[in-house]
Amino acid sequence: MSVMNTAIPYTVEARPETGLYNAKLGMWLFLASEVMLFGGLFSAYVFLRMAAAHWPAGSSILSIPLGAVNTVVLITSSITMSLASAAVKERKFDQFKVNLGLTILLALVFLSVKSFEYGMKFSHHMYPKTNTFLAIYFALTGVHVLHVLGGLVVNAYFWGPGSRMGQADPQRFANRIEIAGLYWNFVDVVWILLFVTLYLL
Amino acid sequence: MILQGRSFLRRCIFSTDHKVVGIQYGITALFFLLFGFCLMLLMRWQLAYPGTPIPWIGQWLGENRAPGGVVLPEFYNELGAMHGTIMVFLGVVPLLVGAFGNYLIPLQIGAPDMAFPKLNMASYWTYLLGGLTMLVSFFVPGGAANSGCTAYPPLADIATAGQTVWLLGMVCIITSSLLGSINFITTIFQLRAEGLTFMRLPFFVWAQLITSFLLLLAFPPLEAAGILQLFDRVAATSFFLPSGLVVSGEPLKVSGGGSALLWQHLFWFLGHPEVYVILLPSMGIVTEIIVNNIRRPLYGYRTMVYSVIFLGLMSFIVWAHHMYLTGMGTALSAFFQTTTMIISIPSVVILSCLFLSLWGGSIRFNTPMLFALSFLPMFGIGGLTGLPLGVATVDIHLHDTYYVIGHFHYIVAPGTIFAIFAGIYYWFPKVTGKRMNENLGQLHFWPSLFLMNGIFMPMFIQGLAGVSRRLYDGGAQYAHAQGVLHLNVGISMCAWLLALFQIPFIVNLIWSMAKKEKAALDNPWEATTLEWAAPTPPPHGNFREIPKVYRGPYEYSVPGAAKDFTPQSEA
Repeated sequence: MSVMNTAIPYTVEARPETGLYNAKLGMWLFLASEVMLFGGLFSAYVFLRMAAAHWPAGSSILSIPLGAVNTVVLITSSITMSLASAAVKERKFDQFKVNLGLTILLALVFLSVKSFEYGMKFSHHMYPKTNTFLAIYFALTGVHVLHVLGGLVVNAYFWGPGSRMGQADPQRFANRIEIAGLYWNFVDVVWILLFVTLYLL
Repeated sequence: MILQGRSFLRRCIFSTDHKVVGIQYGITALFFLLFGFCLMLLMRWQLAYPGTPIPWIGQWLGENRAPGGVVLPEFYNELGAMHGTIMVFLGVVPLLVGAFGNYLIPLQIGAPDMAFPKLNMASYWTYLLGGLTMLVSFFVPGGAANSGCTAYPPLADIATAGQTVWLLGMVCIITSSLLGSINFITTIFQLRAEGLTFMRLPFFVWAQLITSFLLLLAFPPLEAAGILQLFDRVAATSFFLPSGLVVSGEPLKVSGGGSALLWQHLFWFLGHPEVYVILLPSMGIVTEIIVNNIRRPLYGYRTMVYSVIFLGLMSFIVWAHHMYLTGMGTALSAFFQTTTMIISIPSVVILSCLFLSLWGGSIRFNTPMLFALSFLPMFGIGGLTGLPLGVATVDIHLHDTYYVIGHFHYIVAPGTIFAIFAGIYYWFPKVTGKRMNENLGQLHFWPSLFLMNGIFMPMFIQGLAGVSRRLYDGGAQYAHAQGVLHLNVGISMCAWLLALFQIPFIVNLIWSMAKKEKAALDNPWEATTLEWAAPTPPPHGNFREIPKVYRGPYEYSVPGAAKDFTPQSEA
């Protein structure tokens, strides 16, 4: 029997009809499901708030300055992520390293601020079980923090051991950074929505 | 062959080949299906002969579950909750999507594998982890989840530890199906062979595509709900607990302010598309088999494709027809009642197309065809009995009675499970290169058909009399149940006999697999779709050369052609 052709098409180059390579379509689909996940949590927020007899103003419990700082941090990290992606497309690996490194640092800043906020709440004896506002606050931001952590791990891998692919297979590596960027921008957008809903509204 | 260089572990256990993953899914899910069925057989004893010890098996269940062989009410609740969970999430869906979808989609679209083979393997192992988690939950203090497979709070929020394990298991299962659905959609969009346009896809692939979209978009809200229920149980929040809840005479020490209705909305937002996750692949399998065995083109292929797309879209806006009795208001009820009536139309269109296809065909009545044909009336009964439930006023009487059990089991048991059997008998020659025994197949089919009806038909009568589905003794306390309770003995007898008549199937499966000689044919059913153009069993990489597609999926009995079938890959 002849040797089978086992190579999977369109792992690197785009399929002409769809204009996408496999992983990019996969990431868009994943993000669609993520929209539904956060959609479910946000509708829980709306549902609980509408049913509540009394709903505290976010600013009376949460610190708007800290939230605003984190928003700026995450938006900046989205910009550096895009710059990293653009750099690797042009095969400028030094620029790529700097920008991705900045993205990772900014993510760490975000997590530090977030854990400081959590710590403040706990020190004031404000736990998820205290009231429904805090419950949905911790649930929404908690799930978001997990997403930041996930993105951080992936980006750190691409900055460190994963970056070797940049030399061996630059096009494939550029694809990887591109879809990591898609994910990171999504995490950023979710945070902006969280900031508006929980802190400002 | 490429495979021969690899170790057994790499080839059969930790393989990324879509066919191996599909078979792994199939075998695992068949075990879960059998296990879930056995749970029901225990429940049926308690319903037929309440309060009497189960002979033989009863003594093995343990003193904390069934002292002296008599099932305790708590254990009965565990059985009910886990039967539903295991059958749907660990049995039927993994078989339809994980096994059939994985094995057949790349073959039917002429691809060497799935788009993301490693993700595919991860999907199986996450599913297995979820399944094992569910099994382990029987041994935690207080036993497995016992708040029904819908896990309604407040009950589920305050239930025993098994509920937490159930939620963790569900998170694994949801993750697994998320990975799977991303993989399926990408594969179908990206890896179709040259010439295989969307309107040349076999209907099975269309059904799987829409199913994957449902899994992708409907499961995450349940994951959200699961996360919130975990918070309620672990971090003592009150997402689903209203204020002023009293449990066993004591006020519950929580902040309150939550809503039990929120869970139901999030749960059924998954729950109803899930029905179509079960139904659409079954329709896909049945279509493939029927059209192959009538030797004529499918009636209304395009209509069926548009219907299945419409079904998928509509299934997202019917969920609250499960909630007419929750007091969500008549305006909402009216809306969901209307959408529910509308969604029945495409189902009827697909069913009608399949019935009309039979007209003028020269039908071959082999075992797969018998199972596929019986799917049509069985699903028909299941669907038609669902219409009254979609009308809010009727539902007030029928809600939570055995009528509901009868209705949806007609769809999932003699409907979907028959489609699964049909698919196993039909694709077995491609998977193994051997054929299953026809006589044993008939011995499996005929009794199963009669017994399935013997089980579920009387439930309509019980339900119309108003017997609740959730009672430990079947409703012996209620005057209105007295006239119909005796039916339980017959139902249970049928259920146990049904178990007995699955033995020919199991024997057939193992015996046929162990057969030495190989049916040399690549295309024993003389079918047209691409999987039959691959070598048998298909090796790693599937096709000798990448196939090209020149025609639609069902060109049977084309006038002027030399044979009564023209494969898609034939120029």
